[in-house]
Amino acid sequence: MPYTPHKPPLAETTEQLRARIPGWGADLDPQDRPSTPKLDLREDLTGAHWEFPERQPESRPRERSLEHAFLTPVFGTAQPTRGLSGAIRKVAYERYSEARAAHWLLLIAADRVDAVEAHVGSLARLRPDNPVTETGVQAELTHRGLSSRLGRKRADVHHQALDPFLVAGPFIAAAGAAVAARSLIRGAGRD
Amino acid sequence: MRAMTYRGPYKVRVEDKDLPSIEHPNDAIVRVTMGAICGSDLHLYHGLMPDTRVGHTFGHEFIGVVHEVGGSVRNLQVGDRVMVPFNIFCGSCFYCARGLYSNCHNVNANATAVGAIYGYSHTAGGYDGGQAEYVRVPFADVGPVLIPEWMDDEDAVMLTDALPTGYFGAQLGDIAEGDTVLVFGAGPVGLFAAKSAWLMGAGRVVVVDHLDYRLDKAREFAHAETFNFVEYDDIVVEMKKQTDHLGFDVAIDAVGAEADGNLLMHVTSAKLKMQGGSPVALNWAIDSVRKGATISVMGAYGPLFSAVKFGDAVNKGLTLRMNQCPVKRQWPRLFEHVQSGYLKPSDIITHRIPLEHIAEGYHLFSAKLDGCIKPLILPSAA
Ligand SMILES: NC(=O)c1ccc[n+]([C@@H]2O[C@H](COP(=O)([O-])OP(=O)(O)OC[C@H]3O[C@@H](n4cnc5c(N)ncnc54)[C@H](O)[C@@H]3O)[C@@H](O)[C@H]2O)c1
Ligand SMILES: [Zn+2]
Ligand SMILES: [Zn+2]
Repeated sequence: MPYTPHKPPLAETTEQLRARIPGWGADLDPQDRPSTPKLDLREDLTGAHWEFPERQPESRPRERSLEHAFLTPVFGTAQPTRGLSGAIRKVAYERYSEARAAHWLLLIAADRVDAVEAHVGSLARLRPDNPVTETGVQAELTHRGLSSRLGRKRADVHHQALDPFLVAGPFIAAAGAAVAARSLIRGAGRD
Repeated sequence: MRAMTYRGPYKVRVEDKDLPSIEHPNDAIVRVTMGAICGSDLHLYHGLMPDTRVGHTFGHEFIGVVHEVGGSVRNLQVGDRVMVPFNIFCGSCFYCARGLYSNCHNVNANATAVGAIYGYSHTAGGYDGGQAEYVRVPFADVGPVLIPEWMDDEDAVMLTDALPTGYFGAQLGDIAEGDTVLVFGAGPVGLFAAKSAWLMGAGRVVVVDHLDYRLDKAREFAHAETFNFVEYDDIVVEMKKQTDHLGFDVAIDAVGAEADGNLLMHVTSAKLKMQGGSPVALNWAIDSVRKGATISVMGAYGPLFSAVKFGDAVNKGLTLRMNQCPVKRQWPRLFEHVQSGYLKPSDIITHRIPLEHIAEGYHLFSAKLDGCIKPLILPSAA
């Protein structure tokens, strides 16, 4: 009881725990655990043979956080910014530090725009997005979709019903954008 | 090569992509032989992590064979079988020099608040990940390690993230002999955290989740007592009752940004993206521990604010400890524990999915179908 000085007793003694659980107490000494002390200087630099790494060439302008002094010596080049989403992302990086909500809200907005751009683009290219195969919903049939949920006390089934709307959102927006673009082009043709 | 690519929230497909190339003299290209999907990948998959770009290849848990090395690589050779920590890190910055590999300052141009992670959005550096046939591995002399002869491949994959993260989570709890430890989340991270708590001398380990099949695993694999929070009107009150109204000595959040248990919190964060993450499990942890307790946060949260009950944490004099796991720092000890048989990481693997079927893999892991705890991904070229 917290109302008196002593901790409630444990159900099992140390000996019982050691007997029941393989490895019990192997890391008992708090000073002898791998992440203690938190800051632990490594003279060997874990295999690095440099104090500052060679710089990866910047073959195209690379966005970076305002909180960095310079472009980091190594960086990812997986998906360079492009299109409207890219323009929004550039603004987020150039104008707002990580400390600003605007930075993250712009990046989230750009992600939604990116998905719409991708769906529109996929219609124009050879590989249209396929909402059935890409969401993997076939797994509902092959991996016990119903019995995994029915009659079980699960907190997530209530909101899983929202998921199809999240999936459909960008498709509806993409269709809207396509219709709008067509009427714009038609309208322009009429002048 | 074939690679998983993100197409927008809840949508992924496998595409042909160019083979990654050496972009820095200390890069290696690794042919992936086995990978996995992590609970963290679900945050990307659900569109929760800012700057997750269409076309991104996820995957930060993988092992493989060295296919090509850059000019300055000394420690690896083509053909070596390697395991790669999920962190990308330089070894020499202020943080790496002190063992905080997950906080490396030289690898993530996009953000200073997070290190770099394979296949984890541009916010985590913009590197494609290992749910593909090949992957670029920066700082090949620093991160990867040869897979020991005696180690199973499936154990090696679990050692690239899930096991070290659970073990690290238990360490950040500062567990003392006889402590009562409460773990939220019975996913891979929570299961390994619960198991590791015993190694550090816990006197009692309790796991909370709402998925009975995972709680079954927590009892069997992690020797824990379990509670399904859906069965209780107020899980915090139950946790107080369980400890004679003192509260737990240590709590570990192994749930993160998409915590269930409060519809408003879940929907405003996981569905509407108005919060950095649903703080339900973290708030339960804050309220379920005793005063002066330590809370270890392994669950991942986005960079935006979350409605955390900070006042309670202050008034209870809590210590909150947290980080992304510096994986390689855990390895020497974990190798010992795996070799001695104290830990058998592959025990939690439930599904082995060919890369070509990864969309179904994501769906079944995300919707928690078919008893899924940990899905492996097997590239075709492997
Ligand atoms: N810090 C790190 O280095 C690091 C590394 C890996 C994973 N993570 C994070 O750890 C978390 C767990 O990862 P995982 O792979 O085990 O994921 P997972 O999705 O398999 O497991 C999460 C579990 O939490 C349960 N849960 C949901 N709401 C809950 C609540 N309110 N109380 C208790 N349980 C609840 C879910 O049912 C599920 O079983 C994720 O947020 C992931 O991003 C962090
Ligand atoms: Zn992970
Ligand atoms: Zn570093």
